[in-house]
Amino acid sequence: MNLWVLSGLVVMVGGFVLRLNPLVVVLSAALASGLAAGLQLVEIVSAFGKAFNDTRYVSVVWIVLPVIGLLERGGLQERAKMLISGLKGATLGRLLTGYLLLRQSTAALGLTSIAGHAQTVRPLVAPMAEAAAEAQGELAETDREQVKAMAAATDNIGLFFGEDIFIAIGSILLMKGFMEQQGIMLAPFDLSVWAIPTAIFALIIHGFRLWRLDRRLGRRTAR
Amino acid sequence: MIGLAQVYLLAGLVFAAFATLSLGDASNPKRLANAGFWGLLALSMLAGDRLGDFGNGLLVLALVAIAGFGGLGRGHGGTSAEERAAAAQRNGNRLFLLALVIPAVALAGTLLFKHLPALVDGKQATLVSLALGVLIALALGMAVLRTTPVVAMQEGRRLVDAVGWAGILPQMLASLGAVFALAGVGNVVGGLMAGVIPQGSLLAAVIAYGLGMALFTMAMGNAFAAFPVIAAAIGLPVLIHQYHGDPAIVAAIGMLAGFCGTLMTPMAANFNIVPAALLELSDRNAVVKAQVPTALPLLAVNILLIYWLAFP
Repeated sequence: MNLWVLSGLVVMVGGFVLRLNPLVVVLSAALASGLAAGLQLVEIVSAFGKAFNDTRYVSVVWIVLPVIGLLERGGLQERAKMLISGLKGATLGRLLTGYLLLRQSTAALGLTSIAGHAQTVRPLVAPMAEAAAEAQGELAETDREQVKAMAAATDNIGLFFGEDIFIAIGSILLMKGFMEQQGIMLAPFDLSVWAIPTAIFALIIHGFRLWRLDRRLGRRTAR
Repeated sequence: MIGLAQVYLLAGLVFAAFATLSLGDASNPKRLANAGFWGLLALSMLAGDRLGDFGNGLLVLALVAIAGFGGLGRGHGGTSAEERAAAAQRNGNRLFLLALVIPAVALAGTLLFKHLPALVDGKQATLVSLALGVLIALALGMAVLRTTPVVAMQEGRRLVDAVGWAGILPQMLASLGAVFALAGVGNVVGGLMAGVIPQGSLLAAVIAYGLGMALFTMAMGNAFAAFPVIAAAIGLPVLIHQYHGDPAIVAAIGMLAGFCGTLMTPMAANFNIVPAALLELSDRNAVVKAQVPTALPLLAVNILLIYWLAFP
């Protein structure tokens, strides 16, 4: 076994710890593992180039930015804040728990792309979360950052622990394909139904954290 | 038939607009670097299939060189908080309707395009819906807010400046996964994992499986890359064949243990690093830090669920 091919993983971890530019680190990691596996430099560059070209769809999401920018110019973030400030009882925890439930249940129906960091978190969820937290009391800059990060985290958790309940999602098809190659026949439904227990626990655990965050913000107001 | 080619054409034009506007952005001290970076990405979207593998590789080297040495700059511009507050008063709740256009078209497209195979490539229904949603939202947004395409693109340029090099990190990591696969990294890790499983204890084997899935996902940034490796090293030979675990439960909850790893790694850039850039957070890892306290207990829950449910 050629352990040197793991050098790419070492480069990734090292580059991250040293806080080097991640793009440089990723390319260096590819070179390290590729050279260790006995590939020629040109082969590695070509393999990387081919993979980059094949995965362009990953970067297509940025076409939403002109729309988001236009709506922000029109006052969308401010309007989202006004909406939340006008609601009685709209706390950060309740707002994000509601979003978590919405994201989980829509993802479970296969509707994974109707929300996301560029489409919904930056223009709507994060400003609403900020406004809700502000209504609960003065927000320090560190709290503000934490509230925004929590909005993004809630989107991820809702997506990850909802989508596998849908039978035609990529990961379900990957597992089915892998097991089939090993001679084990599984129906997508057999797999997706076992995503439900974890989905419930994700809602409970993250919901509990949001409730605690609410309590912390609430205490600060009372002080 | 509408498919990836048309989506890439639209994306290429958008990135070309970002590059052109960056070039003329006097407020950005590094405007040439920004213009070159987004211009190369536009070239990739528009003509990637004609560049050849090595040509695309050189394009990646150039992108990394621009971002890694010298770096990208950030222009000013946009509107002031007062202007936006006034606009919010003026435009009212119509803004929410406009914001819902992209999600609504995504929803409709996902449901509808599957039944229109002659018109839209079914496999690309999601991306085609996104592109269509963007076009419709832009048209409606410009009509309602009475602005021009140049203003919209300028606003897009302002946001893409905030995202910076992080914008192509997810694509770079996906490409790295392909090179790792070619170099056989997964096989070596799988071989190592298979060697360290404690014998004779089912609970220890389940813990090794769940932790292995999360840790290897953290290293690769992607549970899809980790699943075949860890399932082949531990899940199949030990949990399923030796201990007769239910394969559906071992696979399904094992994958979710991997998802817990995704929440804890900067390598999952599109979920963890990109939003930090998009929300303009000062700490690049703020989203990961917000997720770890949910991910760790959930990982423990997943391991216990496999232990309890898969081995009746």
